[in-house]
Amino acid sequence: MKQRCAVLGIGQTHHAAKRGDLSMSGLVREAALRALDDAGMTFDEIDAVVMGKAPDFFEGVMTPELYLADALGAAGKPVFRVHTAGSVGGSTAIFATHLVTSGIHKRVLTLAWEKQSESNAMWALSPKYPFSPPTTAGAGGYFAPFVRAYIEFTGAPEHIGWQVAYKDRIHALKNPYAHLQMPEITIDMVKNSPVLWDPIRYLETCPSSDGAGAMILVSEDVAEASGKKVAWVHGTANRTEAILYPRRNQVLPQAGSDCAKALYKEAGITDPKREIDTAEIYVPFAWFEPMWLENIGLADANDGWKMVDSGDTMLGGRQPINPSGGVLSSNPIGASGMLRFLEAAHQVRGTAGEHQVEGAKKALGHAYGGGSQYFAMWIVGAEKP
Amino acid sequence: MSEATKAVVKDVTTMASPVSLKFRARAGKDLSRFLRGMKERRIVGRVCPSCNYVYVPPRGACPTCGCPMGDERVLPETGTITTFCIVNIPFEGQKLKPPYVCASVLLDGADVALFHLVGGCDVNEVRMGMRVRAEWVDEADAELSLETIRYFVPTGEPDRPLAQIREHI
Ligand SMILES: [Zn+2]
Repeated sequence: MKQRCAVLGIGQTHHAAKRGDLSMSGLVREAALRALDDAGMTFDEIDAVVMGKAPDFFEGVMTPELYLADALGAAGKPVFRVHTAGSVGGSTAIFATHLVTSGIHKRVLTLAWEKQSESNAMWALSPKYPFSPPTTAGAGGYFAPFVRAYIEFTGAPEHIGWQVAYKDRIHALKNPYAHLQMPEITIDMVKNSPVLWDPIRYLETCPSSDGAGAMILVSEDVAEASGKKVAWVHGTANRTEAILYPRRNQVLPQAGSDCAKALYKEAGITDPKREIDTAEIYVPFAWFEPMWLENIGLADANDGWKMVDSGDTMLGGRQPINPSGGVLSSNPIGASGMLRFLEAAHQVRGTAGEHQVEGAKKALGHAYGGGSQYFAMWIVGAEKP
Repeated sequence: MSEATKAVVKDVTTMASPVSLKFRARAGKDLSRFLRGMKERRIVGRVCPSCNYVYVPPRGACPTCGCPMGDERVLPETGTITTFCIVNIPFEGQKLKPPYVCASVLLDGADVALFHLVGGCDVNEVRMGMRVRAEWVDEADAELSLETIRYFVPTGEPDRPLAQIREHI
């Protein structure tokens, strides 16, 4: 019989282009200690640690989870590493959730991180593959063709991308942990920024960040004994698809929509457009907001951009998307999914601070990775499921 | 550290240590057959005996059905650009000088698009639906590589309607 699982503690680092003041150990520890402090716990009380990050070659340190166990008080405890490319922060939280819902552990520390300043992800994502022409050009080079297809097939006007980029940077001003703090941001600045990977502009692109996010996930009895306000996990889902097969829809991947359907079923949600108060979704390039809104059923087909255009996705709108500023404002790659999940938990606990969505009762966290292949999502609620 | 050294050396907090990895890649049986075709400046795809989709470059097994791939099929050197990106950004290790175009090219008769370069026209002339053909390197320069196709160039034929390429981006 499945046990209930709750988010008792939440912590994250101050994300920045370079956290030169911290080693990788120090970075994960900063997030973990904040989560423990939030939960009113110490490392001694933790049963197991589940951590994740994107590919090791992003920093050039192999299997860092082994030596990081010390910094996380995990010596002698079960330690697990999850790896599902950019979606890893989400999958890591889901794996940790299952350790609690299965009754194996009662108090699990889960965290994810990336220290991008220690290497060069643009270089790492632009390999010259053997026997092939040099067509790789970072994540933007991979995703730009699908953004172009979305724009072409939906007839979305150009300003939708500018608007998402502007909105998330305005949201980030309300989040003290966000990397980009751009009080001077305007739509015109986005519009006039250089086109890096046509049709994607510089300011429609996420930054490269150092950062970590952590949560303490606990069983129902531990949550209740704490006397604290928690976020209850209502559902989790992962789905994966191959990178290349005939008639694959890379704009709206089947794995993404299947994942959302499975998630809503588990969480008992029949009308996600109305029942979900806010969502933190993985938007590394502005146009992915309308694309994912359609993919996960928060907007109808071809209507994602209209939802953006109407202002519904702004804080104060009908269904605010990425009130924390999202990936467009902080992108410690491996941690980005974890940040989406923990920000969703903040919202339903009512602890999001200035970027709190008033009265949020149910929130969705979303992450994707690879060539839009790996999806991880959860729904958390203020009440028990 | 002596007081004199301290005076001139700032605190060292990080050290850059570039790493490199040399490797030899083996193409394997199925890709090797395709690459031998490239060296002869021919595009050799393969047909899945179960779903009849034509793959190029061919795989050992069909990713849709899981069965071993069937007969070879020589494909024409013409196709359609289904979507593309203009790369304007410079980056470390880049082989080409921006701006340049990377595109999904659906060869006539194939069921998966090939990701390759587009040349022979201004980057701003490239369109979704544009008809292109392979521009080969000289016979003497032909290699066991997709780079034996230098890039795809416009044929000048009318564009294919977007409705026909929608499923192949
Ligand atoms: Zn097949």
